[in-house]
Amino acid sequence: MSDALIRARALVAGWESPATAPLDFVVESGRILGLTGANGVGKTTVLSALAGRARVFSGVLEARLGLRLALQTQDVPPVGGVPLSGRELLALTGATVDGLPPWLAGRIDDRLDRLSGGQRHYLTLWAVLQAPADLVLLDEPTNNLDSAGVAHLASALRRLAGSGTALVLVSHDHEFVERICDQVIVLGEPANVV
Amino acid sequence: MWSDLFVLPFLTGLCLALVLPVLGCFLRLRDEWLAALAYAHVAAAGALLALIGGAMPALGGMAAAALAGGGKRLFAGRLAGGAAFALLLLGGWAVAVLLAANQPLAEQLGHSLFDGQLYFSGVAQLALVAPWSLFAAVALVFLSRHLLLARVYPDYFAARHLRAWPVVLGFDLVAALTLALATMTMGVMGGFALVFVPAWIAFRRARSWRNGLLLAAVIGIAGYGAAFLLALGLDQPFGPVLALLLIAVGLIIA
Repeated sequence: MSDALIRARALVAGWESPATAPLDFVVESGRILGLTGANGVGKTTVLSALAGRARVFSGVLEARLGLRLALQTQDVPPVGGVPLSGRELLALTGATVDGLPPWLAGRIDDRLDRLSGGQRHYLTLWAVLQAPADLVLLDEPTNNLDSAGVAHLASALRRLAGSGTALVLVSHDHEFVERICDQVIVLGEPANVV
Repeated sequence: MWSDLFVLPFLTGLCLALVLPVLGCFLRLRDEWLAALAYAHVAAAGALLALIGGAMPALGGMAAAALAGGGKRLFAGRLAGGAAFALLLLGGWAVAVLLAANQPLAEQLGHSLFDGQLYFSGVAQLALVAPWSLFAAVALVFLSRHLLLARVYPDYFAARHLRAWPVVLGFDLVAALTLALATMTMGVMGGFALVFVPAWIAFRRARSWRNGLLLAAVIGIAGYGAAFLLALGLDQPFGPVLALLLIAVGLIIA
């Protein structure tokens, strides 16, 4: 497959010790891969291994040379007390304001620590989503979002995939994952591809 | 006022009054405001050591601060959470006090370094401070995006395979050398006041990062100018007048 960005064969990832069941998958341009499953099965660990943060204990993980990654984690960016505006945050990652939902676009010049938790989460997520990248890795992106935020995120992800960007998405929200992903892997023992 | 006796010290301090508040914003961003006191004390100890060793105190102070700024990376694993700066502060203070207690020459310079000696700045000091301040300002502008990115999105930074250590090492060296020069120009607490207070006000009041840097620089320059004139008019030491003025401004507008 010429548009494969990442290929995993019998991949077992972890931090101090192996934390996932062996996994096989291919991440391709323009497609969204969802990783779901119960708490503790290693969804975030797999995502971290793709980002080069967690260890690969066995199996093979091949990435295309020069692959540009963008990574969103569950950690909240430490912007409390820092006079950083939303527009400046987007500029940091090279993201654009175009396409932001109206409820956020109007507050783009406000300080991040003066936005609501949901607004701040969506803006920090947007800064990663819109960064120039071949592959976007998202860890629980629907956390802290209301229904309007989730709906806007779903259409933004589909639009991003339509432009050729690959996405890997970790979420406990099965309905969201099923709705927007082209392929879903339910992590567990053994791994099942749906 | 407009004789060389006052113009040279004024211009020397003015350069620092522009760059120290901006540096303070980046130190505050990185939760490293204690670095200002740490590098200042290490620079003071280095200057005294150089004096006793027969070398130029200014070079000794800058070398010690640069060594501390670059060298603390070697112990990063053990010195997380600001411990490096606390230990540098204690070590610098201890060495400086011991040297001053045992060497009459060092005692005299030690008092100057801790009290501030801005009014004794001459052409040589201005020739050192002015180009360095310009370089530090340009370096901070150059490092700004990566410093912000590393703070706000550390995982993104790593995922893009951007190397953090050249940015951090570069910043540490700029901070250490700027604070060493500030200590030897306006004293430990005069420099600390310009690093801490304008950045503190800016972080509370500014609408954006760019606005914050500008606000900090304006407060630094205005506070410095007013303190210089006030200290001169009242025949008082500059450092304490600057500190009290900035504290008053901070309590009113922060």
